[in-house]
Order: sequence, then C-alpha cells, then structure tokens
Amino acid sequence: MVAATNKTDTAQLFELLSIVVDPEIPVLTLQDLGVLRDVSVENGKIKVTITPTYAGCPAMDTMRADIETTLAEAGYEQVTVQQSLSPAWTTDWMSENGKRKLRAYGIAPPANTTCGQATGTIECPQCRSGDVKLISEFGSTACKALYQCRDCLEPFDYFKCI
Amino acid sequence: MDSKLKTALFDYCTALGDDSVVLGHRLSEWCRNGPFLEEDLALTNVSLDFIGRARMFYSYATELEDKGRSEDDIAYLRDCREYRNLLINELPNGDFAFTMARQFLVDVYDMGFFTELAQSKDPMLAAIAAKAIKESRYHLRRSEDWIKRLGEGTEESHERIQNAFKQLWGYWPEMFEVSDDEQQLLNAGIAVDRSRLKSNWESTVHAVLKEATLDIPAENWAIGGGRDGKHTEYLGFLLAEMQFLQRTYPGQQW
Repeated sequence: MVAATNKTDTAQLFELLSIVVDPEIPVLTLQDLGVLRDVSVENGKIKVTITPTYAGCPAMDTMRADIETTLAEAGYEQVTVQQSLSPAWTTDWMSENGKRKLRAYGIAPPANTTCGQATGTIECPQCRSGDVKLISEFGSTACKALYQCRDCLEPFDYFKCI
Repeated sequence: MDSKLKTALFDYCTALGDDSVVLGHRLSEWCRNGPFLEEDLALTNVSLDFIGRARMFYSYATELEDKGRSEDDIAYLRDCREYRNLLINELPNGDFAFTMARQFLVDVYDMGFFTELAQSKDPMLAAIAAKAIKESRYHLRRSEDWIKRLGEGTEESHERIQNAFKQLWGYWPEMFEVSDDEQQLLNAGIAVDRSRLKSNWESTVHAVLKEATLDIPAENWAIGGGRDGKHTEYLGFLLAEMQFLQRTYPGQQW
C-alpha cells in the first residue's frame, strides 16, 4: 500500500481498469486492444475516454458498462465514459503482449502494421504454419476474418488489420 | 455557427445517417438467409458497420439540434417523407447478385465520398468519415471480388449479375446530384461536392465491370428525389418493419 500512495490518481485508475477485458475476446484488456485512450481526474470527477474498434461493434456498450462497474466497485462513482472518434482506432495500437495473448488463445494477430491489405505473413495459431488460406473476409465478429491452415487443416480466426 | 447553417448541417447529418441505416437494415434482412454461412456472417457484419455509422451521424445530429431527442428517436419516429436517403439504398435486396451489385456501387461511392468528407471543416464529420473509410475499404474488397466471381462464374451467375446492374443503372446518377441545402454547406467547406466524385466513380466501376466480363448497361433513365424525401414504394414497408416496436411500445428497451 505504501507504493500505491506514491502513485498519481490517474496511474491507480489505469491499474484498476487493467482488469477490464473485451467481452468477445476475454484474453485482451481494453489497454491491449488500444481501446482505452485516456483517464483523467478533474475536481474528483473521473473521465474515461475510449475509442470504438468498429462503428457498429456491439461490444462497445458492454465495455462502457464494465468500466463504470469496475470503478464503482472501487468506490468511484462520478464517472463519465466518453467516446472519441479521432484519431480512428487502428490495429497498430494493439500491444505486443496483446498479440502474444491472442495467439495463445487461438486467434492469429494482425500480421503487419501497414493497413488495408493483409500479406502472406499470417500464421496458423495452432501449428505456426504460414501456409494458410482465406475462407471469408468476415468472421465471428466485425474485427476478425476466417482462415484455414493448409498444414494442420484447422480453421482459425484472424484479427483483421485496419 | 449561424442557425440557418446549423439547420442545414442537422439535415445533412440526418440524410447521411438515413443512407446508412436504410442500407444497414436491408443487409440485416439477409441474416440467416445468406447463400452459405460465411457469407451470411459477412452480410450481417457489413450491416452492423452501416448501422454503427448511422448511430454516429444521428447522435451528432441530435447534439446539434439540442432538443433532447435521441438517436433512436431520429431512426424510429420519423416517417417516409422525413427520410432523406438516396433511393439506391432502399431497393429490396433481390437475389444475392442484386445485393452485391448494389453494395459494390455504394462501396465505390462511399470510398470517394468519405475520403472527401474526412477533409471537412467540421471536425466531427471529418472524424466519422475517417472511421468510415477504413470500413468501406474492406467492404469494397469483398464486393468487388464478388462482382468478378459472379461475372466470370457460370452462365447463370453472369446473367444474374449483368441483370442486376441493368436494373440498378438508373439509380446511380442521384448519388452525384447536389441538393440546394447542401450548397450552402459546400460554400462553408463542410459538405462534399458530390458532383465532383462522378468521374472517378465511373472509371472505377467501368474498369471492374470490364474485368468481370460484364457490359456497361446502356440504360438512359434516371430517378432521384430521395434527398427531398420522395421515395419508392419500398421504403414504407422497410420502415414499418424497422419501426414497429417503437411505434407500438413507445420507449421500449431490452
């Protein structure tokens, strides 16, 4: 607790929020995903800024509620969660740790940082083979595409690069 | 911002939201009716993107209006004549070829439109546009791919996609007509001059059709009126379904 008192309020809040995860990919925290943009405190009121991954992503409402609940449970009640659209979210913001966790969970992380066209560097998260084929540009959620490994034949989700 | 310009901006945002929500609803009608599972998911994913886009435009509109209306009020409690979407968005889905042909024409248009809107002097519109471009780029990759696959596929797929473009051909000129309301926003550097998007749109569409071994339809009819609230008979049925719950049980939530 001694260490905690030396930290600024904002750092504590970030730490508290590090348990909030994407409801659809629960191995990723909102920080890993790059969705949590900012936390600020003014006159005892907390303002959390998030940015949507996709405009129509139904998980956004859940993320907002989870942030409020997490902070409320820690005793913070005056919380506003605001959405910021600019700069637009990009998979470039996903942390390296997040990419590792995605792979372990069975989802291939975004293959490169140049957005738009996914190149051939997508790996099968099961056997690590690079010999994979696209099955569909769209997968189980807006942020994923569907691939199949030609070596182990396992179908897998690929986190689209945008 | 003076009040006249603000009203024009409210109408502009609402119209852009209407384009998105109407096409988003049409695409959602494919849910569980897609030709195969992956394509069913793709159609509904694109639908969600369009509905999300509508939410951004509508919530900005209600913010500008500042009368306590919500984005849901805008979507669910306005009738046909108050909807300002371009007619191409409200046409029934037809077969899969028709849905993809329409999607392709809209995606090419959206790429041009949102690229320009991202330069708008209105920061919120520019932010929404920057978000939308990323999604449209992805949508276009898929719809363009389908035009080529259907065009170069079997005799039947070729005939169906060719027919779809023929039926749709009179609806594209409306996309490039600038309305009077838009003109004053154009002068303020807020809106996009849609008439200037036409030549790029035409060259992209023609090139893809050619590659897909399809003819450019020779139709010389054109219909418009969507931006003035004059619609085809189809919009009423769409709204009846989309708005039923809120009309019957006002304020209902789940």
